[in-house]
Amino acid sequence: MSNQSFTHLDVLESESIHIMREVAAECKNPALLFSGGKDSIVMLRLAEKAFRPARLPFPLVHIDTEHNFPEVIACRDKLASDLGERLIVRSLDDSIKKGTIVLKNADQGRNVFQSVTLLETIAEFEFDACIGGARRDEEKARAKERIFSFRDEFGQWDPKNQRPELWDTYNTRVHAGENIRVFPISNWTEMDIWEYIARENLYIPEIYYAHERDVIRRDNGILPVSHLVQPKSGEKIEKMTVRFRTVGDMTCTCPVESNARNAQEIIEETAITRITERGATRMDDQTSEASMELRKKEGYF
Amino acid sequence: MSNTTQLLRFITAGSVDDGKSTLIGRLLHDSKSIFEDQLSAITKTSERRGGLGSVDLSLLTDGLQAEREQGITIDVAYRYFATPKRKFIIGDTPGHEQYTRNMVTAASTANLAVILIDARKGVLTQTRRHTFIASLVGVPHVVLAVNKMDMVDYSQEKFDAICTEYRAFAAQLGLHDMTCIPMSALNGDMVVERGENLNWYQGSPLLELLENVVIDYDINTTDFRYPVQWVCRPQTQEYHDFRGYMGRIESGVITVGDEITIQPSGRTTKVKEIVTYDGNLQSARAPQSVTLTLTDEIDISRGDMFVKSETMPQVSKEFEAMLCWLSESPLDLNRKYIIKHTTRVVKCSFARLGYRVDVNTLEQHSSSALNMNDIARVAMKVQLPLVFDSYIKNRFTGSFIVIDEATNNTVAAGMIA
Ligand SMILES: Nc1nc2c(ncn2[C@@H]2O[C@H](COP(=O)(O)OP(=O)(O)OP(=O)(O)O)[C@@H](O)[C@H]2O)c(=O)[nH]1
Ligand SMILES: [Mg+2]
Repeated sequence: MSNQSFTHLDVLESESIHIMREVAAECKNPALLFSGGKDSIVMLRLAEKAFRPARLPFPLVHIDTEHNFPEVIACRDKLASDLGERLIVRSLDDSIKKGTIVLKNADQGRNVFQSVTLLETIAEFEFDACIGGARRDEEKARAKERIFSFRDEFGQWDPKNQRPELWDTYNTRVHAGENIRVFPISNWTEMDIWEYIARENLYIPEIYYAHERDVIRRDNGILPVSHLVQPKSGEKIEKMTVRFRTVGDMTCTCPVESNARNAQEIIEETAITRITERGATRMDDQTSEASMELRKKEGYF
Repeated sequence: MSNTTQLLRFITAGSVDDGKSTLIGRLLHDSKSIFEDQLSAITKTSERRGGLGSVDLSLLTDGLQAEREQGITIDVAYRYFATPKRKFIIGDTPGHEQYTRNMVTAASTANLAVILIDARKGVLTQTRRHTFIASLVGVPHVVLAVNKMDMVDYSQEKFDAICTEYRAFAAQLGLHDMTCIPMSALNGDMVVERGENLNWYQGSPLLELLENVVIDYDINTTDFRYPVQWVCRPQTQEYHDFRGYMGRIESGVITVGDEITIQPSGRTTKVKEIVTYDGNLQSARAPQSVTLTLTDEIDISRGDMFVKSETMPQVSKEFEAMLCWLSESPLDLNRKYIIKHTTRVVKCSFARLGYRVDVNTLEQHSSSALNMNDIARVAMKVQLPLVFDSYIKNRFTGSFIVIDEATNNTVAAGMIA
């Protein structure tokens, strides 16, 4: 390797490993947020690269909306157990039972409520740092966020008053009760993620690849039919060949029509797509101009 | 796209309203890097905000509510795009003086800075400040974009006059790798396309220049510097005696068998293995993150630095540095602060305030206080020795941040003299 130049993936990978090691070294009690989605699977591999041959110096934590695709949950459990790493799962249902989350109706989208359970979990385990897989290319508020993003005791992000972040010298300091969200793949794009999945031959949930699925058309999107999404009167079930660009809450995550059956074919599609990842797939992000910024101010990652 | 595409990190900088955000929007738009849903979202927002029928491209990076309300940039937005030649990470920085710390943030990792000037207004204080900061943090390439040429009838005379004035200022800072481009970010002249209006200009449009500028990652390739981040002790049966020192090679090269010195203790040993998840390597170089094992058992912890024995860094508890003060509360000379330098975190105090630099004239004034956005030479003392090089020699081992222990805020950026 030493005579040829590094690829951009090599450079990004090294940056991410450096970030994870800084967290392990400077934070007292960090956690890696791990959902079983593609970005968190990439992060898991980066964590392995950062810390092997030792075990990871932090547990994996999943905030489960109970609205996840079963394939994703299966993948989450398989990867955690294959690696022998500790997985902590906390469910929105627990917060609902406790009354800290109050739903308007049983089947509504649950992404907005993830912050509540996340903050409860942070308090329960006294995590002072949570490593998350958000990327700056995903959304305009995320494009503004630091790699080490300070959150106050209420988990809030203050976008008008972020800490300066110079070179690769990260300020990880917090007082008790506050925490830091760390985004080691801030500088990765959707394309980089797919190129890395291909290069590392990463195992990801099958629903990222083209498959046939029952869907309905609703609000300018296509929604997967599931126990949570059933056709209303006037809607009919269609069979389509689709894949998911993101995997989130089943009630508001739309697949895209595609025939891409492996990472290489997805890379080719990603190169020519004219719609952003979230624009194509997340109905809840489109409710207002600043949905993501507002959620992040409330403690979302 | 080829996998060996290089990565260029650049920023836009300059005074308020010179068109930095618009330029990035234009660059993304004309290079077909805007997605349909993004374009339709900013079109809707432009209409709602009463735009004059045209899309406000600055909305692409001004993503915060407060920024959109005020039509200004508050914090850096990072954008990513690629052409067949290169991958780009853009940092769109704010022009307002109040948010200079956010400009410094983006500049500290940039390979190149595009400094914008409004052709009607010429070189302003904030233009000078940003240029000075770019030179101070060692951004290797500077492009001067004389923007809003549409508002001065695309006058070559105007352009030449501004370039002459700017070049004189830049030369005082030792910025010699500098190109001047006339443009209209609003209409797209000389951004991606040449356009019809600036035919007198012989040079290349901005994108072509960005694609072709030679970058070397600003990495010092001669002096091996390896700050220990984390000591790896797996304590499993298989790796019972394994003790690896994890870190990122900040500069230079290391090969199995090389003799190294551990600083600040000064002890020497040899590299036994270069371990990575993908297998052991014979040699490695910056910016790789690796794990090193050594032939001798030595007491080593985070904050120590491995260096190659022929090129020694300085090891000292006292040094001088240029400091950018970033905090709203001024420096308190009676207080102790914390320094983070490579992987070492130590207490520090300010022994002496040297001169402060007037960003307009570059004159040096003696000073007794350091307020937000001031840039000054200081003498510092730290509680434990640091292992460092001058910033000019090495961006990684010559830089540090200052943290206020009471608030935990990052209050200053330092560059060792
Ligand atoms: N006529 C003309 N107007 C321009 C041009 N470029 C930008 N503008 C206008 O200048 C104004 C300010 O543009 P912005 O892109 O927001 O400026 P900025 O430099 O990002 O401002 P800050 O980030 O707040 O410092 C907007 O009204 C733009 O439409 C240009 O080339 N020609
Ligand atoms: Mg702007």
